[in-house]
Amino acid sequence: MTVHELRTRPGDAKRGDASDGAVLADQVGGRLSRVDGPAKITGAAKYAVEQQLEGLTHAVLVESTIAAGRVRSIDTAAAKASPGALLVLTPDNILPLRTATDWLGTPPPDVAYCPLARDITFSGQHVAAVVAETFEQAVAAAALVKIAYDEAAAIVDLSDPKAGDGIPVDAMTKEWGEAETAFASAPVRICNAYNTPREYQAPIEPHGLIAKWQGDQLTVWEPSQWLDGMARTYAEWFGVPFENVRLVSPYIGGGFGSKAFAYGYGAVAAVAAKMLGRPVKLAVTRPQTFTAYGGRAATRQTVALGANAEGQIQSIVHRGVNETSVDGMWVEPLGSVTSVMYATPNFSSRQNVVRVNTVVPGALRAPGENPSAFGIESAIDELAYEVGIDPLEIRLRNYAEQDPHAKKPWSTRQLREAFAAGAEAFGWSKRNPRPRSMRDGNQLIGWGVAAGTYPVRRAYGEAVVRILADGSVEVESSSIDMGQGTYTILAQTAAEVVGVPAENVVVKLGDSRYARAGVTGGSRLAGVMTGAVHKAASAALDQLIGLAISDPASPFHALQANTLVVANGRIASPRGNGPEVSIAELLSSVGREHIEAKGDTMPANSTVEDRYKNYTTIAMALPHTEGDYSRHSWCAHFIEVRVDEDFGTVRVSRVVSALDSGRLYNPKLAESQWKGGIIMGIGQALLEEGIVDRRHGRIVNNNLADYLIATNADIPDIEVISVGIPDPHSSVLGGKGVGELGIVGVAPAIANAVFHATGKRVRDLPITLEKLI
Amino acid sequence: MRDFSYLRASSVDAAREAAALPGAMLLAGGTTLVDLAKCGVAEPETVVDITHLKGLDTIAVDDRGATIGALARMSRVADHADIKSRFPAVSEALWQAASAQLRNMATIGGNLMQRTRCPYFRDPANFPACNKRWPGSGCSAIGGVTRGHAVLGTSEACVATYPGDLAVALVAFDAIVHLGDRQIAVDDFFLLPGSTPEREHAIEPGEMITAIGIPASAAARRSTYLKVRDRQSYEFAAASAAVGIEFEADGRTIRDLRVALGGVATKPWRARAVEEALNGKVLEPEVVRQASLLAVEGAVDRGANHYKIELAPRVVARAILKMGETA
Repeated sequence: MTVHELRTRPGDAKRGDASDGAVLADQVGGRLSRVDGPAKITGAAKYAVEQQLEGLTHAVLVESTIAAGRVRSIDTAAAKASPGALLVLTPDNILPLRTATDWLGTPPPDVAYCPLARDITFSGQHVAAVVAETFEQAVAAAALVKIAYDEAAAIVDLSDPKAGDGIPVDAMTKEWGEAETAFASAPVRICNAYNTPREYQAPIEPHGLIAKWQGDQLTVWEPSQWLDGMARTYAEWFGVPFENVRLVSPYIGGGFGSKAFAYGYGAVAAVAAKMLGRPVKLAVTRPQTFTAYGGRAATRQTVALGANAEGQIQSIVHRGVNETSVDGMWVEPLGSVTSVMYATPNFSSRQNVVRVNTVVPGALRAPGENPSAFGIESAIDELAYEVGIDPLEIRLRNYAEQDPHAKKPWSTRQLREAFAAGAEAFGWSKRNPRPRSMRDGNQLIGWGVAAGTYPVRRAYGEAVVRILADGSVEVESSSIDMGQGTYTILAQTAAEVVGVPAENVVVKLGDSRYARAGVTGGSRLAGVMTGAVHKAASAALDQLIGLAISDPASPFHALQANTLVVANGRIASPRGNGPEVSIAELLSSVGREHIEAKGDTMPANSTVEDRYKNYTTIAMALPHTEGDYSRHSWCAHFIEVRVDEDFGTVRVSRVVSALDSGRLYNPKLAESQWKGGIIMGIGQALLEEGIVDRRHGRIVNNNLADYLIATNADIPDIEVISVGIPDPHSSVLGGKGVGELGIVGVAPAIANAVFHATGKRVRDLPITLEKLI
Repeated sequence: MRDFSYLRASSVDAAREAAALPGAMLLAGGTTLVDLAKCGVAEPETVVDITHLKGLDTIAVDDRGATIGALARMSRVADHADIKSRFPAVSEALWQAASAQLRNMATIGGNLMQRTRCPYFRDPANFPACNKRWPGSGCSAIGGVTRGHAVLGTSEACVATYPGDLAVALVAFDAIVHLGDRQIAVDDFFLLPGSTPEREHAIEPGEMITAIGIPASAAARRSTYLKVRDRQSYEFAAASAAVGIEFEADGRTIRDLRVALGGVATKPWRARAVEEALNGKVLEPEVVRQASLLAVEGAVDRGANHYKIELAPRVVARAILKMGETA
């Protein structure tokens, strides 16, 4: 198939959502607006650290001002004497904690954990903390803590001569065929290095928490992408049972991967609360959000593509490096897209991690896939120019009909459809292939394309569904909504199953006392939780119908029906003979306060330990290549840029993206998430970079005025097109991942467009004006 | 933030008197003062609130020029019909500055007093050395991250960039700063760092900006402010230019050219060499481009900010040519 043969054929696939017609907003697949929207717009939504507690105290962190070395002494006298100061925590007086199990489920070493450091491994590390009656008093006292250091030489980043080649991560090695030999003998060879800088999640709601102890019961109000995982960490730190820790996180102002774990500052606040016997609030400042936890690791990749003159890839040799911290391990899987996007008989991908003096990096939207796509999707664009083939055409020539690595068929892969739909909507066929061939006055115009993918991550979920006396439905889960729409799609799921309007469904999330849930990350939550709610709601409906049929007091008792239908909150017989009553009337007549059902999607023989592991670690997660299929979501971005030929400034003027996330539980919210990812990708491509002072090993642009993320003025209208179809192998209701997908491939699409506009290939993100001037 | 006393001034004289006390600082829109207090740079002992003083927020424009009260908000000045028609560069500079929220709070007087965005200046805990904050302590920026630092008007003591936009337009059109009865040309109001970078403005203890005067001119009437920056909004200039042109009767020969630069110098930077090179010349693209190179005469880069030396003349040339097109 060539570019010109690609045509969208609307209507030839059922997408399982409102685009098929006949799906109500209330149902799964409907375009229901966010049910939590009004509360957020009016300010009624109360976020975790907005709790007003009696006797609340305030903690402020004191951070290291060196990147490597040792704390020689800490003088706390002035801070202790400062007005309102209640407690000055240092490594010398903090209560000893135990090391907790990590998120992978690795049993912890039997060593103490101290969230305040004596040995300094990065600038901005927590060294001390001050608790005072008011926030202002705590700030003033914290400024009086005097720390003396013995400074050592720091390894500031990957380019530091002291950094070395790092540590091979064998688990990342993927190889088949004879990649190096095949590359060496390929008629066409390209080999280039692609770099991405440190990038940060920059959620609009900074991190923080309120910790309160009552005896050995700990309550933590903290924005969280993973209540059960974080509750486990707090419990293990303090050596109390998991059930003694309650995490509360009703709303989250953006997480992007950064709010899934309990971090050191959380331990500091909880320890202080225990030591003082009063609740403690600790709000991480904006500058501290750059060092209190990690952003995306800086990465380096080399991509070598060997091909024939027709642009068919014969070999891919990929080498990647990401930075990690001196004493922590973060692997950003750089070969993840490289190994699945294109068919190739020979392949080799290896990766090292390099220890530098930074906070341990962490997850940021599509960790791994995002930088991986920047490498391979830039490289294939370079190959297209090298062999003189349209950048879209070369992607089709190398289309992978099955997973080249796992050697399994795709569960669904609507990527060809994405290329077709995107190209048509964008007008790709009108593209002049020659760089610098399109302009508007001083503006050079370029069109670029790139593909993206994200694996379908699956786990098991649990939910409670109640049908209440007034006929309304309640859903409970300790999962969360950080803006992606959990409240809304779970309401739709319960509404559809039980047969009530969505406005009669109340979804309760963000409290670890509710039915348990695993991490909200890796785009798994919607698939997991719609499945769990579907099951629980079905069980509740069965109970309701069972009561209506069998309870002597039911108006349906005499009907001797074997089933009933519930629609719009009313119960009737399937054939319409007999009575019709509301759910509330039925429950009243049979004298029931409510019906409750708990449902989970765990395997039937699961043990208590299996369940605990499933909800508090990712050890039970199912690989995306488990069983007979390889499961991924897919996308294609078509992007137009305008580059000022004198100034080098790049502005994105048009985006058309076609995406395959399988079935969409709510197209309106999925489109919004995709656009959010694309907007973040525009910032990544053009603006975002943590800039390190090489003498001090410190990020100097640690605020939102200097760490640039895209503003509204940087974002054009974005057209997103769903090309997904229900994928029964990926989730109970047929959806694949949404949230991570949108950003993957945006940066290379922009870099490719910049090359088309200017003839300059930028392989180091971000694409700032001095690289083009 | 350290505790401070709050004093609400009852009159301009009372404000000036209070502001003369050691450790006193004036509070107008607060967008700079509160920010700097939070990052530990400003540690006032007394904050003298002048926001409610009457008569300081008027905007008066007539044939002689504009007088803008010190407490007029940036957004109001930017949107003023006579400012837009007679001083378009002033309005455009304001619109492109900061964010909508900041423009609604910040005042014109406070705008002139805003401090640099040098990251070393703004982080005393990590970078104690800063000659602006602590005279004689050294400059942490030199040898560090200098992508945003100045290439013009620097010294070995300080390379911090003047961050504002409005003052660039004011310098181009010979605006006057009113300090009560004393008046001073805006170009003289801003000081080069030299060996005393802690002194940024020619303002004495007990003085307060009361108004800004901008003389009317044909060049101001045909003027523009062109700001080039990494992102499209809420971002300081990589390089900017305020340009105004008065043509001779032939509509092609330049009689009076005004050029000032932002984002590249330690103060709002009048580019008189460019003006002198082009006054009396017919506006031709190549001539303009050549003359614009004079804008960065004497520029010294610190590595990562080298691009500013390339960029600034291109911004100047584009702005002059744009004004030429409207002739």
